[in-house]
Amino acid sequence: MELMTPLFVILCPAIAAALILLSRNHPNIREAWTIAASAASFLLVLSMAPEILKGETIKFMLFQPMFKGVYIGFKVDAFGEIFAITASSLWFLVSIYSIGYMRALKEHAQTRYYFAFCLAMMGAMGVALSANLVTLFIFFEMITVSTYPLVIHEQTPEALRAGHKYFAYLMPAGAFLLFGIMTTYYLTGTTDFTPGGIKSLPTASHVILVMLFFAFLLGFIKSAWMPFHSWLPTAMVAPTPVSALLHAVAVVKAGVFGIVRIVCYVYGVDLMHELNLWLILAIIASCTMIVGSLFAIAQDDLKKRLAYSTISQLSYIILGAALLTENGIRGAMLQIPFHGYMKITLFLCAGAIMVATGKRKISEMAGIGKAMPITLLAFSVAALGMVGLPPVAGFIGKFYLCLGAWAVPSPYGMIFLAVILISSLLDVIYFFPIIYTAFFKKPEGEISGSGEGKIKEAPRLMVIPLAITAIFSIIFFVYPNMFYIFDLAKMAIVDLFGGI
Amino acid sequence: MPILLVEQFPVLIVGLSMFLAYTMLLVGYFNRKLLLPMSLTWNSICLVLSLFMLNHVLTVGPIRYWQGGWRPPWGIEYVDDAMNCYLLVIVISIVILGLIYSKGNVEHEIEEKKRVTFYVLLQLMICGLYGITITGDLFNMFIWLEIASLTAYALIAVAGGRALRPAFNYVIMGSIGACFYIFGVCWIYSVTGTLNFGDMRLLLPLVYDNKAVQMAFAMIVVGVMIKAYIFPLHLWQPDVYTYAPSTISTLMASVHVKVMFYILIRMFYSVFTLNFIRHFIGLDMLICWVAAIAILAGSLWAIRQRNLKRMLAYSSISQMGYILLGVGLSPLSPWGLVAAVAHILNHAIGKGCLFMTAGAISQQEGLRDIRDFAGLGKKMPYASAAFTIAAISMIGIPPTAGFATKLFLIIASFDAGQYPFVAILLLSGLLNLVYFWRVIDQMYFAKHEDTEDVGAVKETAKSLPLSMTAPMLILASLCIIVGIIWLTNIPLPLINHILSNLRLGVTI
Repeated sequence: MELMTPLFVILCPAIAAALILLSRNHPNIREAWTIAASAASFLLVLSMAPEILKGETIKFMLFQPMFKGVYIGFKVDAFGEIFAITASSLWFLVSIYSIGYMRALKEHAQTRYYFAFCLAMMGAMGVALSANLVTLFIFFEMITVSTYPLVIHEQTPEALRAGHKYFAYLMPAGAFLLFGIMTTYYLTGTTDFTPGGIKSLPTASHVILVMLFFAFLLGFIKSAWMPFHSWLPTAMVAPTPVSALLHAVAVVKAGVFGIVRIVCYVYGVDLMHELNLWLILAIIASCTMIVGSLFAIAQDDLKKRLAYSTISQLSYIILGAALLTENGIRGAMLQIPFHGYMKITLFLCAGAIMVATGKRKISEMAGIGKAMPITLLAFSVAALGMVGLPPVAGFIGKFYLCLGAWAVPSPYGMIFLAVILISSLLDVIYFFPIIYTAFFKKPEGEISGSGEGKIKEAPRLMVIPLAITAIFSIIFFVYPNMFYIFDLAKMAIVDLFGGI
Repeated sequence: MPILLVEQFPVLIVGLSMFLAYTMLLVGYFNRKLLLPMSLTWNSICLVLSLFMLNHVLTVGPIRYWQGGWRPPWGIEYVDDAMNCYLLVIVISIVILGLIYSKGNVEHEIEEKKRVTFYVLLQLMICGLYGITITGDLFNMFIWLEIASLTAYALIAVAGGRALRPAFNYVIMGSIGACFYIFGVCWIYSVTGTLNFGDMRLLLPLVYDNKAVQMAFAMIVVGVMIKAYIFPLHLWQPDVYTYAPSTISTLMASVHVKVMFYILIRMFYSVFTLNFIRHFIGLDMLICWVAAIAILAGSLWAIRQRNLKRMLAYSSISQMGYILLGVGLSPLSPWGLVAAVAHILNHAIGKGCLFMTAGAISQQEGLRDIRDFAGLGKKMPYASAAFTIAAISMIGIPPTAGFATKLFLIIASFDAGQYPFVAILLLSGLLNLVYFWRVIDQMYFAKHEDTEDVGAVKETAKSLPLSMTAPMLILASLCIIVGIIWLTNIPLPLINHILSNLRLGVTI
């Protein structure tokens, strides 16, 4: 059905970005625009969910270009809706957190920060809602460019280097993506996402299809698969809310989202099987999962460790899609919001610790759990979820991934199941020492002393959002259908496999 | 057949522009403040006239005007189809913005006593550009070409000092180009006995085998390529663009070279045919590869530059390669011509904006070296913002105008089956990113000391006159608006008219 809602979802951040520039001299008004835009786009996204659950696909054609078979427009299906809900709901929470964080640290250039943030979120929403690869590419590039000012926000030489690295990875990726899209267009005459794959794609020669698949994979190195991951840990010089939302949710998930789109909606399950591409993708994902976790263990900087954890966890989603089984894909789709909520909690906690204590290194965090109980409790909840233990949402995601691996009708399935379990074990190894250090290790000096040196919780504007995301991580376990997530995933599976 | 008023517009635009130039010389003797308003008013009227022409061409058909009532093969004929009118509208619009920009710029860069000559020559150059765009006669085109070029030499030299040597280089190279062109025209004339485009197109196919005709074609193409600084014939250009007055480098980069390119397009499609180029001399792939080398070489040289204007000059060399690549691909795919036509507009607005900001930066802050640009984003917020948007357009990030060009060219390469160019285009986008982003980095993100004094910053931010800020902001916003328009099917009728008027035989 035709609805204007997707357009409004995109316009909210766009208008907010303009208003932010206009009200640059009034911080309160400026930040109100961010919150208003994020709340509005969340509600708009959520309002589409009931329609989609009825089996409708919401379409809106923006314009018809001169070349035939392609249009610039939005088509919201269940999978896109899941990503949109994740991104917009977390954007709302993070914009509240941003205010606390930026003000507490008295950061410079806050207008630029909020402006770029709005544009980046506009890009993420656009990626989620876009109807075809061309539209997706436009918003994808928008994310890349608008995230740059956020990555180099500190403007130190280190930050600038990180920014250059960021571009050095993601801009060539954009070129590969454009190449892939145009090749698809020339092979099939369309770039629309079709559940089960574009119909006329399998007629092309197999060599070209395999090469095209690699072009797409290189195009989506936003998902930080190894060995093209190193921009992500470097980009952690950005302010924490940026790392939290963009480098745990919006940017990297956009990359993963793209890969799932390619696997399930461009190539399709049958073609992936026929070309054995699923195996290649699954092997890449498995290596990234294990190696990413091993790298994470070696990090002492909390944000860096979280970054490598993100790299590893994103590959769970890729693996789930690569397995090409109903439960695997469902696990991948569920893991997008679940991992989003849990990882953002971890990042927000890291930011809160940094604001309250100024500490970045895990080894210095001995004993802070007593001084900042809420933050560290939230951190522990999310870490449990990362490992995949109940009662946190991560359990459900990983459970379905395991079911998916189990259902693979070849010996490889067992191998991938083992990989998931080993990687979870590694998650334990790098998360639990943090919790242990924070709660049980005796601080070397007198950390929680009295007077000025006393460590308190971070400002309320920061603690409340991170508590909410932690609580939601648990709610998703108890009631996975929160925000219609579970039904939407089921809906997407029905679209892909034609009924269960 | 009743003669419509709109059919008189071509000759009005050209004739009155020239008349105005000499009137300005007289008026300037008494009051030099009147010159700019005069020129501006007339060119604004021209814009209205050209829009009427465009409308007429799209709804009724090409405009033909016979000078002095002489019938075409004997007299000079002005033929204006969709391509001419499209280019004319672009040229006039950019010229108007350039004139507005010149108000603030000339006061700073041109000595008081030279201003009368400056504006008179500028108006003459504009007249020459209009003439090339409007005419339908090969020799008449040479006259206008010389008017546009000779005035350009002088306008560059007006800056004095370091501009003299580049201007002299340009005189030499430009004259050689003009010689090549006129030799080619003479040879064709000696074979066919006509100078009229339409007439030649009818007569030439009979003598495509003739070596003189083939040689003539090559000479004309090389002559025009010197003027349009296609790599490796570009050597005169970087110095000229660096040292010319900012208004002139803006106009040279955005419209002068486009009009030169238009001659090439006319030669390819209206005088000769793609059949000739492809099957009789087999130049089309050579043109594509020359363009590809130009694209890469221009970008690589641009990366090495530290002077902003010089960097933009090399960037222009690279961007001309885009247009040439589009033209070269057009025998195989109509999208090539679409890309070339689109890039004429996209590069005009993008590069115009960039040269305007470069001029503004050197005028207000006295900065030319990119390494000194730290903190410019705060000192000159509007100029920096305009620069950033135009640079993003040059890099080709959606939804800007440059992206449309890149997309069309990639479609054309796929359509033509010439896959190496896809890789070259994508690589070129990345090279553009390298040299443009360096500037943006310096402007906004580099550490700098002297902007702590907020009051002083506000003070200097105001010192750029509105007459300079407005044109560049207009062009910057056009980069986005035009980029979005190219992604829609709004330009489809125009494009199809251009394709059919240039007799490509296909529509899209």
